Amino acid sequence: MIATLFNAKHDRLPKILEHASGDKRFKILEAHMKKHQFRQDALIEVLHKAQELFGYLEDDLLLFIACKLKLPASRVYGVATFYHFFTLKPNGRHTCVVCLGTACYVKGAAKILAAVEERTKVKAGETTPDNELSLLTARCIGACGIAPAVVYDGTVTPRQTPETALDHLKGWIGHGD
Amino acid sequence: MVIDDLTEIADKERAARKRYTIRCCMAAGCMSSNSKGVKEALEDAVNQAGLQQMVEVRGVGCMKLCCQGPLVQIDSATAGATFALESNEVGPLYQKVTPEDANSLVSTLKGGQTPVQRGDPRHPFFSAQLSIVLANSGFIDPERIESYITAEGYQALHDVLRELTPKDLIERIIKSGLRGRGGAGYPTGLKWATVGKAASQQKYVICNADEGDPGAFMDRSVLESDPHSVLEGMAIAAYAVGANQGFIYVRAEYPLAIARLHAAIKQAKKYGLLGSGIFESPFNFNIDLRIGAGAFVCGEETALMASVEGKRGTPRPRPPFPAESGLYNSPTLINNVETFANVAPIVRKGAEWFAGIGTEKSKGTKVFALAGKITNTGLIEVPMGTALRKIVEEMGGGAPDGGKIKAVQTGGPSGGCIPAEELDTPVDYDSLTKLGSIMGSGGMIVMDETTKMVDVARFFMEFCMDESCGKCVPCRAGTAQMHQLLNKILAGNATTRDLQKLEELCYMVKNTSLCGLGQTAPNPVLSTLRFFRKEYTDLLMPDAFGPRPNAVNGTGHAAAGRNLAPTEGVPSSGK
Repeated sequence: MIATLFNAKHDRLPKILEHASGDKRFKILEAHMKKHQFRQDALIEVLHKAQELFGYLEDDLLLFIACKLKLPASRVYGVATFYHFFTLKPNGRHTCVVCLGTACYVKGAAKILAAVEERTKVKAGETTPDNELSLLTARCIGACGIAPAVVYDGTVTPRQTPETALDHLKGWIGHGD
Repeated sequence: MVIDDLTEIADKERAARKRYTIRCCMAAGCMSSNSKGVKEALEDAVNQAGLQQMVEVRGVGCMKLCCQGPLVQIDSATAGATFALESNEVGPLYQKVTPEDANSLVSTLKGGQTPVQRGDPRHPFFSAQLSIVLANSGFIDPERIESYITAEGYQALHDVLRELTPKDLIERIIKSGLRGRGGAGYPTGLKWATVGKAASQQKYVICNADEGDPGAFMDRSVLESDPHSVLEGMAIAAYAVGANQGFIYVRAEYPLAIARLHAAIKQAKKYGLLGSGIFESPFNFNIDLRIGAGAFVCGEETALMASVEGKRGTPRPRPPFPAESGLYNSPTLINNVETFANVAPIVRKGAEWFAGIGTEKSKGTKVFALAGKITNTGLIEVPMGTALRKIVEEMGGGAPDGGKIKAVQTGGPSGGCIPAEELDTPVDYDSLTKLGSIMGSGGMIVMDETTKMVDVARFFMEFCMDESCGKCVPCRAGTAQMHQLLNKILAGNATTRDLQKLEELCYMVKNTSLCGLGQTAPNPVLSTLRFFRKEYTDLLMPDAFGPRPNAVNGTGHAAAGRNLAPTEGVPSSGK
């Protein structure tokens, strides 16, 4: 994919910049880059902001950032794909993050995940076909004292079981059934 | 800002102290159980009862017993005391408080009764703790710098700038015997001295708050409960080594810690405790936050610095060590959150005081995150050398529901499992290393009889496989192969030869990987093999061909001819 990015870069860049001029979010992003004086070592901060604004990092957005920070597209793409926090695909309307840290794992987080996977019929890291729910896993959210923990739409919820987890997801899934 | 201003702030705070303080835990653990709602309800209840003049509701940092959250504690003041600690009068501790309980809790101040579950503040979980790093945690309001100043905050920085030369300061840290709390345990004073000696105009101080170990949440609690202690520690370190710029590299998974750090830095700048001309001295120091983006390997110092520079977080070979050439090729001091939090108390109370705590080679205290199959989960800070049994059985209350403890895992994916028979081991750097585990950053996961050790080994191997940055082959390919072998063993399709292969691979990856991630990735496998070998062999298929001929008598430690494994069976240090 990176090859196609490069080949098409010369044609795409003017289009992206034109498109960007009409979108307020790009302006906010550019202001953020300006705050960092367009420094190349602020790339990760800029990507954080971009993901906050757009929800995910699409190719055009990465090219836009590369152009503004005067970085090769490969570097921006390389950083965006290296870190787990950045996502290149849009998430579903809701997110459910099952913590799989050690404490949660020994207290049965794997069972919760299995139950949710079975119910939603998607694997961890995927989004349901109706775009309602993204099922994700975390390596440890540091909530080990209240394990097992699940994060529903950004809210950490303590001491979950497969039943409580499915109960929580009831409103978000199952429109297809 | 001069010292009089500090005293003035502290006096003002003390004068404003009301007769009762209702402390409500506002750290992430309790917040997820709606402690924010509890705090608001308590404030409303106080107002309704017309007790605003007598009662302060204070949001505080972690109150340690996370499993019973949200926690609320009510202190009554004796004259002049700002904290319950000063008056030695710790009030009743209420557990699992809900917003509906607020009215009855407030009514106890007027002699009423409350049905809310009471905790015992004299339980060994609390009484066996010795707080240095967490001394303020649960008492001060982490969102107000004034609260920290009242607890003698920033005095150490003042004293250092006025009375100590950098050389004397480093001498004092060396004398205290403080060792790095990030896991490896390198003497902090020596590290400072090396950076101090480096000849360079530009030096940096970095605080490693990329607490990636699953099962560890000490650094997060320190940052959420007492962010200023880390800032002060960093400023003191910067003065010692001659740096003027600091960075805190904190995980994106800790939004609350990030918010509190942002606020803390802003307040410290406003008061002139960070920035230029601190305490009207020529010393300048600024701190910036860098937010990680979810890569475990960034806890490794060279990878972390690459990430601060906005690059992929891959490690590079050392030497040159960061102390000589680190961030932007300048000499860089990099320490863990807990290490920095120890600095100000050492300066305030003296190196001898600190060196008097702990064991001969490990001084001071260590914060552990106690979690897993244990009754009391939460944060504990104990003197080095405390027996593991005391931590797990007395303080932690043993396994819940009458279960039996099987092993304690320390050090996360880089550590190992300590079996129940070895629970009398004192917790210090060297004893844990002898058992094939490490102190690590302080995660302590208790496992009971239902936990399958091979499964645990696979769990950690999967973690390391996912988190391997891919730069060096032994780690990238080795972890994947070991993961496959563990899967094969768990599926019941493996033979003795597979187990031999697994052990060979362990030593190979351990000895040839570029950075700490790969070098320690086999530890969970090796330590479970050492203490729970039977669980592995029970899963093996009957082997038609027997062990491979060049292996050493089937007990493992194969491939003697390849010089990768020590023949006596003790894991080598890798060098």
